[in-house]
Amino acid sequence: MTTFSTSRRGLLKGGAALGLGFAAPTILTSKAFAASYTNEPKGSTVTFGFNVPQTGAYADEGADELRAYELAVEHLNGEGDGGMMGTFSSKALKGNGVLGKKVVYVTGDTQTKSDAARASARRMIEADGAIMVTGGSSSGVAVAVQGLCQEVGVIFMAGLTHSNDTTGKDRKANGFRHFFNAYMSGAALAPVLKSNYGSDRKAYHLTADYTWGWTQEESIAAATEALGWETVNKVRTPLGAGDFSQYITPVLNSGADVLILNHYGRDMVNSLTQAVQFGLRDKQVNGKNFEIVVPLYSRLMAQGAGKNVNGIFGSTNWHWSLQDEASQAFVKSFGQKYGFPPSQAAHTCYSQAILYADACERAGTFNPCGVVEALEDFEFDGLGNGPTLYRGADHQCFKDVLVVKGKENPSSQFDLLEVVEVVPVANVTYAPDHPMFAGGDLGSCNAGV
Amino acid sequence: MIEKTSPRADRILLLAFVAAVLLGPILLAPFGAGYPDLLQKFAIFGIFAIGFNILFGLTGYLSFGHAAFLGVGSYAAVWSFKLLSMNVVPAVIFAVIVAGLFSAVIGYISLRRSGIYFSILTLAFAQMSYNLAYSVLTPITNGETGLQITLGDPRVLDSVSNDGGLPVTNLFGLAMNQTWETALLGMTLHFNAGFYFCALLLIAAFYISMRIFRSPFGMMLRAVKSNQNRMSYTGLNIRPYMLSAFMISGMYAGLAGGLLAATDPLAGAERMQWTASGEVVLMTILGGAGTLIGPVLGAGIIKYAENVFSSFNDQILAGFFDFLPDSLASALVWAASAFVGDGWQLTLGIIFMVIVTFLPGGLMEGVNRIRKWHEQRQRGNDLSSCSAKPAE
Amino acid sequence: MDAILLQILNGFDKGSAYALIALGLTLIFGTLGVVNFAHGALFMLGAFCAVAVNKLLSLDIVTLSETQTTAWGTPLEIRTPYAEVWFGEIGSVLVDYSVPLSILVAIPVMLIIGVVMERGLIKHFYKRPHAEQILVTFGLAIVLQEIIKAWFGANPIPQPAPGSLRGMIDFGAAVGFEAGSVVYPLWRLVYFLFAFVIIGAVFAFLQFTTLGMVIRAGMADRETVGLLGIDIDKRFTLVFGIAAVVAGLAGVMYTPILSPDYHLGMDFLVLSFVVVVVGGMGSLSGAVLAGFLLGILQSFASMNEIKQVIPGIDQIIIYLVAVVVLLARPRGLLGRKGVMES
Repeated sequence: MTTFSTSRRGLLKGGAALGLGFAAPTILTSKAFAASYTNEPKGSTVTFGFNVPQTGAYADEGADELRAYELAVEHLNGEGDGGMMGTFSSKALKGNGVLGKKVVYVTGDTQTKSDAARASARRMIEADGAIMVTGGSSSGVAVAVQGLCQEVGVIFMAGLTHSNDTTGKDRKANGFRHFFNAYMSGAALAPVLKSNYGSDRKAYHLTADYTWGWTQEESIAAATEALGWETVNKVRTPLGAGDFSQYITPVLNSGADVLILNHYGRDMVNSLTQAVQFGLRDKQVNGKNFEIVVPLYSRLMAQGAGKNVNGIFGSTNWHWSLQDEASQAFVKSFGQKYGFPPSQAAHTCYSQAILYADACERAGTFNPCGVVEALEDFEFDGLGNGPTLYRGADHQCFKDVLVVKGKENPSSQFDLLEVVEVVPVANVTYAPDHPMFAGGDLGSCNAGV
Repeated sequence: MIEKTSPRADRILLLAFVAAVLLGPILLAPFGAGYPDLLQKFAIFGIFAIGFNILFGLTGYLSFGHAAFLGVGSYAAVWSFKLLSMNVVPAVIFAVIVAGLFSAVIGYISLRRSGIYFSILTLAFAQMSYNLAYSVLTPITNGETGLQITLGDPRVLDSVSNDGGLPVTNLFGLAMNQTWETALLGMTLHFNAGFYFCALLLIAAFYISMRIFRSPFGMMLRAVKSNQNRMSYTGLNIRPYMLSAFMISGMYAGLAGGLLAATDPLAGAERMQWTASGEVVLMTILGGAGTLIGPVLGAGIIKYAENVFSSFNDQILAGFFDFLPDSLASALVWAASAFVGDGWQLTLGIIFMVIVTFLPGGLMEGVNRIRKWHEQRQRGNDLSSCSAKPAE
Repeated sequence: MDAILLQILNGFDKGSAYALIALGLTLIFGTLGVVNFAHGALFMLGAFCAVAVNKLLSLDIVTLSETQTTAWGTPLEIRTPYAEVWFGEIGSVLVDYSVPLSILVAIPVMLIIGVVMERGLIKHFYKRPHAEQILVTFGLAIVLQEIIKAWFGANPIPQPAPGSLRGMIDFGAAVGFEAGSVVYPLWRLVYFLFAFVIIGAVFAFLQFTTLGMVIRAGMADRETVGLLGIDIDKRFTLVFGIAAVVAGLAGVMYTPILSPDYHLGMDFLVLSFVVVVVGGMGSLSGAVLAGFLLGILQSFASMNEIKQVIPGIDQIIIYLVAVVVLLARPRGLLGRKGVMES
């Protein structure tokens, strides 16, 4: 056993010992030996791993993420119009790939299941030599894959994940999140709700019964209670309940005058559609119009819920109707390639790919520890949300948050949300040890090997 | 299920199996399946399917809730990593014991019914486990996110290291994620410690299953399948036999669950969902229920489709067809992309339909037909007057 | 009290869907002896009949605007539905009523799908073990849903109920409660009545027609009926067709309640098997009874008062009831001896 190197990815020196002597000329001896970190790129290319849901309920979201990644790879390699690379405040990227290496990518299907997502990520890392993994469309998957990346020593650039835990309790040194989170949703929404609905309201929560739903419920309830709202009830609903009527009818006569739907994806589409069907929006309670709030919105969800979203408030990470230079450049580039505007998931994934590449370029290495150092406390602008900080203490992005409302008269099938307010970053910033995010430990960066 | 059952044939089968498993990293590399994660999955789901086959293949009792045992096995193993030690041995033992106890309880209740009623009872228990693990039992299971190891875990038997990195699962110091890589004919071969740990247990599991199939106990279980009433009329109480078979197969599932956690320390609730239970049923039937090797083959095909077909994107397909003229290549890429990448489940569905329609006994029937055809042709050379009819 | 009445209504509504799916499933189970894992897919296909009809009716004429452009610089597309261009006012009424109209389309379409499925695939599996039936129908279900996904995407597609059926009805006032205390969506009552009619029609068909009699005889003893010189196979094809139509119609009318997506069938599959088995294999009335029972129990279990006593009960109630029923009554509520026990 003494011939085995003790490093994790050592090399069996005596290939002949395995009866492979006949193949001796082709035995590589350089690969693992000289590597100083997991999957150090040796050739003229560098491989990114795009791990998105391709089957299951979020397949359309995943398809949009993949489109954004393909666009980002084009731009990194100097093809296309460059998109947000032109507006990005850091000018390290030159359009010749990353550190002179052409970017190639591999894809995988997370199925929105932790197991499948990890299996798929491990394939990219073990078989395809991916230097980083990015993507995903749920917090469960993000936390699972982030844990894996920490263990094997590659960087994880989270896709769509909104739970506080991703950069709270489950934060990891090798993982970064560009997307906003439940706390920020609450902090951004509450003042807008107050100015529209007043400070004397009784709220009823319907919450998806799993970790994301709970953090969302906790955040929104805390934010609205701080305004003087009263929380009448918090009811947990099973994931994928389909028909929510049995949870909605108790709302009718509960005395509440606001219903907050802490649901996402299909659950949100169904619960909102059914809440409207039960006439909640036509109701008068305590002399006020009954209102529904959906804290986390996405355009695809709004599409699924159809006309039911009209006038309903929520928050979102980014929207294609934003008028700043960077957003417009991205929408132009994406729209010209695919014929429709990008979703917020696409924007986040595009940004993550660019941010990672830029960090490598600035660090001068693909070594995860170098990348972590380059990203921590990195301040930038020109990626669509105004000045942004990647905070070093928890690897969470801090930027303006959008409060949106379902549009009354959409001009096209994509024009479903209108931006009501851009909440400045200062209003949604919290301390890294805020109670809702406590209990986590970044640990130290892991470069593998 | 025509199988040779002489001890000599069994020995050959076992040796061939051992050789195939141990050479897995070499044999599977040309198919793009020779990387540690998938090799481990092959071995683990092979164990799961072998165990399922002991119940279903022998007794005909179709459990639709076997994933629950896999799930509790995983949770037990991860808790062992969190509380005791990162050593995989206690984790795997703990997983098997917990799954065994859990299956004893569920088996005791479910086996009061037979046929589809038994299937629905097992399904109901598994779905209850899944739903509760996802929500109410979150303090134990960590719900949606899945149970993972963290820096703050006590791990009373391990010495504390303070380098800030997560500890890795190991077998008395041999890290499960340790891989020795080498190149052969342009392919990278991965010899992974975790895989060989699973592989040895797969071989043991296969050997035990073979012994059970050939034992009087196995005969008794087969008798249950062929005519349960007659068994009861002879005054024999079959319940203890059935319960033992159910528990053995539950412990196999627990072992598989423990190994999943040992090679990748995470336990998620989806492992217990009905689709996961359905998957092992499909693996077993696809390969050939009641055969020894069949379930392992079925497990391999389904995991291969899930992991490799799903990874083919347009870029890779374009690479396949780039020797063709552009227009033809892009047409082929377009057509092929319906079946791989995000369409991988379509391919899997078609495989299910084709195999069960044309090979009622699963893949093993195909193997047997080829063997018979081969034997008959040899015999036909000797006795060319006999007109051999193909097996139907 | 009004809360309980509302939950009973919810239960009946859920129960209608469960009963309709289980009815078709148990027809196939009971008559043909086939475990049909593609039954949920038939429900989903029905729902997509409604989507397809709606899409057809609202097909657009696309003209490019000369003045307006999109955010990415191409001319804005202005869409006007053909139906409105051709039929004017009537056209928009047609679009509004697309869900009920889809029934007319779904009946022939689902019948054809059912017959093709039976003739092309299922009939080869009558004598095969249940496990192989499961494998082949599960494969078929995956193939069907993947085709729908390739065509319509994975996102749910909203199907609003017709405007005139969208409102609320004061149900409480009709049965003597204070006005406004028990209001219920009109469409859900429509769905309940619709289910009632379909279930009644299926029972009447089996009870009062010669064909129905043969089918019932076939359910009781298939071989004897075959020996009597009746071409049972042709009748069985029809049974499969009817089951497909029932599942499909259940899907069509359910779309305003649940926006359909390609995965809809799988979500109902396990549940419908539980309903069938709880009702008792081969018993049509058992399936209907169990459907309503489970629907109502599920609604009650979701009430806060009950969830506070037993946390998580709404997550598992269906399965818990299944276990209890099967332990207390070995063959389900109304099952007969000897059906599907081996």
